[in-house]
Amino acid sequence: MSSPLITARGLTKKFDEFVAVDEIDFDVARGESFGLLGPNGAGKSTTMRIIGATSQRTSGDLTILGMDPEKFGPQIRAHLGVVPQQDNLDMNLSVSENLYIYGRYFGLSRKFLKTKIEELLEFAQLQEKRNAKVESLSGGMKRRLTIARGLVSEPEILMLDEPTTGLDPQARHILWDRLFRLKEQGVTLVITTHFMDEAEQLCDRLVVMDKGKIMAEGSPAQLIKDYSTKEVLEIRFGSERNSEMADQLRGMCDRIEELPDRILLYSEDGEALLEKIYSAGLHPKTSLVRRSSLEDVFLRLTGRTLVD
Amino acid sequence: MSTSNIRQGSLEIVDQEKIISRGSLYVAQARLIAMMKWFWMILAIAVANPVLYLLSIGVGVGAFIDKSAGAAGVDGVKYLTFLAPALLATAAIQGAIDESVFPTLEGFNWWKNFLGMNATPISGNQIATGVFLASLVRVVGTVIIYWFVMLAFGALESSKAWLAIPTAVMAGVAFGSITQAIAGLLKNENMFFVIFERFIMMPLFLFSGTFYPLTSMPIYLQWIGWISPLWHATELGRYLTYGHALTQTMAITHMVFLLTLLALGIFFSRRIFTMRLAK
Repeated sequence: MSSPLITARGLTKKFDEFVAVDEIDFDVARGESFGLLGPNGAGKSTTMRIIGATSQRTSGDLTILGMDPEKFGPQIRAHLGVVPQQDNLDMNLSVSENLYIYGRYFGLSRKFLKTKIEELLEFAQLQEKRNAKVESLSGGMKRRLTIARGLVSEPEILMLDEPTTGLDPQARHILWDRLFRLKEQGVTLVITTHFMDEAEQLCDRLVVMDKGKIMAEGSPAQLIKDYSTKEVLEIRFGSERNSEMADQLRGMCDRIEELPDRILLYSEDGEALLEKIYSAGLHPKTSLVRRSSLEDVFLRLTGRTLVD
Repeated sequence: MSTSNIRQGSLEIVDQEKIISRGSLYVAQARLIAMMKWFWMILAIAVANPVLYLLSIGVGVGAFIDKSAGAAGVDGVKYLTFLAPALLATAAIQGAIDESVFPTLEGFNWWKNFLGMNATPISGNQIATGVFLASLVRVVGTVIIYWFVMLAFGALESSKAWLAIPTAVMAGVAFGSITQAIAGLLKNENMFFVIFERFIMMPLFLFSGTFYPLTSMPIYLQWIGWISPLWHATELGRYLTYGHALTQTMAITHMVFLLTLLALGIFFSRRIFTMRLAK
């Protein structure tokens, strides 16, 4: 097996007293799709900016493409495509000028960029907007342009920070499809997200982050297996009675989580558990049996929900 | 999607040598493309500004002053001729501030496009240099236009007058590079404009020997001229456009002052840009 493209050991970033990233370790292999999952403020974006060889770490070791970003920032960035959380397009320029100038920042020739821009406009479905000022684009269009811009240099590693925030469901699925194709071409993806479905769809392997620390690591399926049961039963008795009922339900299943609006019961067989609840004479207002997801993993690890 | 067949990968296509040697030029190119969108506006300002000032103050106010000054004139020349070099340097400074402060505030605070640039191999140093180079282009254009308007008004009397172009440009970019560095430090820009325009730009404009010789001001106000790039550039400009008396020592002092300011401005902008982007 070839050595990892990215290796982090004890990676730490402090802003004065605040510890944004707290001694994390991880590796990213070539061609892998690696995810950082966690709520807002978990330290994902900070980690991304350190990997992006722009923000400097406070301590720890980090190697990207065999180089230390502190010493070889521009050399590393030459092979990264960065899609930041906040679109930082050049608002003075038109759509195609943004792609052109960005390509120039990678030393790409005019000739190469001429065809590349056409390809990227098609990718982002912005052909009709090529001469429009960026300011006039909708949020979703700006997002697509930012993603297209990140691809202009055909990067070895594509880094996407919350790529689909602000996109409608259809656009999200189109983007996921495009990212799959890039992965098939051997591009390594590093993705942060607070959407569990996105993490499950896109990531071969991920780390769950909270408060600057890595709580768990593995493939989505492995994490669910390790930290949750096969199925989850969600029931509601109405917000008044949920907590009172939760006490009666404890002991009927492996684990129970009380949320403000519902109770989650973790079990290998959700339907059987629901039967048992009915036979005990309890009648929830609504019930739903579903597969465990990364949301449940996160809840287990931190005691909090991912999106709130 | 057609990318799958033609992907070569960044290891093949990215030209690192070119980025190192020309990175700041690409940043300047982005700025110049942006400027071109305002081309007619910039041109109109560059032409209207000297015409209006030279006409209203140089010719209008000048008529009164010349009458009372008599044959001796102001510093030996018409008031228009005396005033014009100061206005030339002022226009250079104003243009330089426009093209250094606004792009810097956009890049760091408003649109954060500097973060986008810095995610590529382009460094903070190259961004700072690129913004500076683009402002230099604007200042050169502004000064040349201004100079020709001065020529048309008959305000140039010396055969060395063309040398007032580089000295005015130098004053402009020296000042601009300092404001670029300061703008790079700003998190909350609102206060900056208020303080800068009212308490720094305005006094400098009024007390730099612009409208009358610095020596005719009370001695306790003359220090303003000494710290003002405008005064140093104006002294050089007057010497070059109509032969204002200037010792060699003073000429060198003015040059050294402006060059030092320029060097400091470039040094600190590059440093501040780099440090701010590394956070």
